[in-house]
Amino acid sequence: MKKSLLALVAGLLLAGNVSAASAADKLKVGFIYLGPIGDLGWTYQHELARQALVKELGDKIETTYLENVPEGPDAERAIEQLVRAGNKLIFTTSFGYMDPTLKVAKKYPNVHFEHATGYKRDKNMSTYSAKWYQGRYIQGLIAAKMSKSGVLGYIGSFPIPEVVSGINATILAAQTINPNIKVKIIWANTWFDPGKEADAAKALIDQGADIIMQHTDSPAAMQIASERGKLAFGQDSEMIKFGPKTQLTSILDTWGSYYIERVKAELDGTWKSEDSWGGLDSHLFAMAPYTNMPDDVKKIAEDAQAAITAGKLHPFKCPVIGQDGKEIECKGGANLADGQILGMNFYVKGIDDKLPGK
Amino acid sequence: MELVEAIILSVLAASTPLLIAATGELVTERSGVLNLGVEGMMIVGAACGFGGAWLTGSIFVGALFGIVAGTLMSLMFALMALGLAVNQVATGLALTILGVGLSGLIGAGFVGERITPAAHLNIPGLTDIPLVGRVLFGEDAFIYFSIALIIGVWWFLYRTRAGLILRACGDNHISAHALGYPVLHIRTLAVMFGGACAGLAGAYLPLAYTPFFIPGMTAGRGWIALALVVFASWRPGRLVVGAYLFGAVTILQLHAQGWGVGIPSQFMSALPYLATVIVLVLLSRARTGGSTAPAALGTVFVPDR
Repeated sequence: MKKSLLALVAGLLLAGNVSAASAADKLKVGFIYLGPIGDLGWTYQHELARQALVKELGDKIETTYLENVPEGPDAERAIEQLVRAGNKLIFTTSFGYMDPTLKVAKKYPNVHFEHATGYKRDKNMSTYSAKWYQGRYIQGLIAAKMSKSGVLGYIGSFPIPEVVSGINATILAAQTINPNIKVKIIWANTWFDPGKEADAAKALIDQGADIIMQHTDSPAAMQIASERGKLAFGQDSEMIKFGPKTQLTSILDTWGSYYIERVKAELDGTWKSEDSWGGLDSHLFAMAPYTNMPDDVKKIAEDAQAAITAGKLHPFKCPVIGQDGKEIECKGGANLADGQILGMNFYVKGIDDKLPGK
Repeated sequence: MELVEAIILSVLAASTPLLIAATGELVTERSGVLNLGVEGMMIVGAACGFGGAWLTGSIFVGALFGIVAGTLMSLMFALMALGLAVNQVATGLALTILGVGLSGLIGAGFVGERITPAAHLNIPGLTDIPLVGRVLFGEDAFIYFSIALIIGVWWFLYRTRAGLILRACGDNHISAHALGYPVLHIRTLAVMFGGACAGLAGAYLPLAYTPFFIPGMTAGRGWIALALVVFASWRPGRLVVGAYLFGAVTILQLHAQGWGVGIPSQFMSALPYLATVIVLVLLSRARTGGSTAPAALGTVFVPDR
């Protein structure tokens, strides 16, 4: 009895060693998340992508994630922790991790890094982001078609170029359908505070907006719009559960295929530092199904999506007129240059509001 | 007119969680205990409150779950800070950190689920009165309960003997002890009341405000509640004013943005906090002699038998 028990223990130990050895052969891939994986928005979408990655390449890789990592010096510690744990490819999934990632990347030249939505790169550090403004353009078309009051309500997070270009793309699209369309913009000055987002949505509806658009992360605004019988667009994630009769569409962050592609490159030894900024023609984001709208509006949306995907339609086609009535210098030939969109810090004509800080 | 009513309703909803949590903390601090764990107790109350309502379909059960969860969290604090005489500031901060993590764990199972929010009162005839009808007779029970709660606390603190004893513990625990009052028992009860209120305030968020649970959804409201107690200089009447003022500035700045007032939104987002600081300065300047804080606030008490 005793002997067999010993044998069993020895066997278990051996088995343990074997599995550890095979784990060491697997490529270790690490992820740094800003929020909790259950935020139903930004971080949740990265987590879904990680799960897709594991499903596709699970036999060759081992993944680890750290959630709720604050942007700033703490992030550097967290990233280094992943390096020390043997991760060879590390995805840092928020803008604020830019400098910490760069710092760690310089320290460990043999580890590869992928930073989301930033602009600083190194020979072992890539960046990736999506042209969400294309999706906002489609939403602008739908909003102008569906609005009865002619007033759109827009909840912004922070007045950074990504958000400002989204507002401009929306209003430029809406103007092609209703030249007199109005947009009311409320800055929440936070990415995530369900209560405040709900308050902002209430304020916009109380002031006459009947379509709610958001660039903040929680489904609170969608829920308020649903309660008040208005229409709304989701953000980052599928939010139709919070407004089955409310959601028109949503911009979905779909990082999965990018993660799979990059990890495959790492496995093949072909990984190179790159700057990926993909639009609807890539797989970096997608539009949720067009719902709660008549067929003719749906067709407009689908046609626009097809045209943008094919490169025939550009939301920032020149001439783009600024708020002061002057034409914005066109640096990209027929359209605004990518750099102008990535650094956008002006409102277009038709927005009766002042960009904070301008 | 409709807009004014809508704004008042939004202000009421935004102020209520602050008022409930701050009421609890006021009682706790009046007994001489500083519990900085309000945010942690609130978020656990939010997770458990939502869980309770989601499992049973009853908002009332959800609220009870929130209250119980907050109370249990506060008992943990009482055990450390009162039973073992650990530093209250450190314990309170630890309670918040624990609560944020714990609520994520509890809530993991029902993230993404939604419930029907707390029903609004509807009294035919009364609710339809223009302007005041919806405010006085058309909101959810939490709002009316919060007002009853703060009136009850005022009555308890200033009109009952038990309230006097509680205040005595907060002002001079050695004297209270010498008079034969069980200081630590009284303080434990006060801490538990604070926890129950924080739990209920947290539960209000997923049960009535935004009917779903997301980790971190309290988003700092526990800290604002703590600041409100100081703002109110530990008086229930001023607490009501403070809570509604804070809610009003929060909501009005959103409306001002919608109207396009042209003041930078970052400044307007900072307004509620700026208002708090200004009132604090005014209050402390107007005060004649002595601080209004409970004299024994935050100090450890170990009875010498």
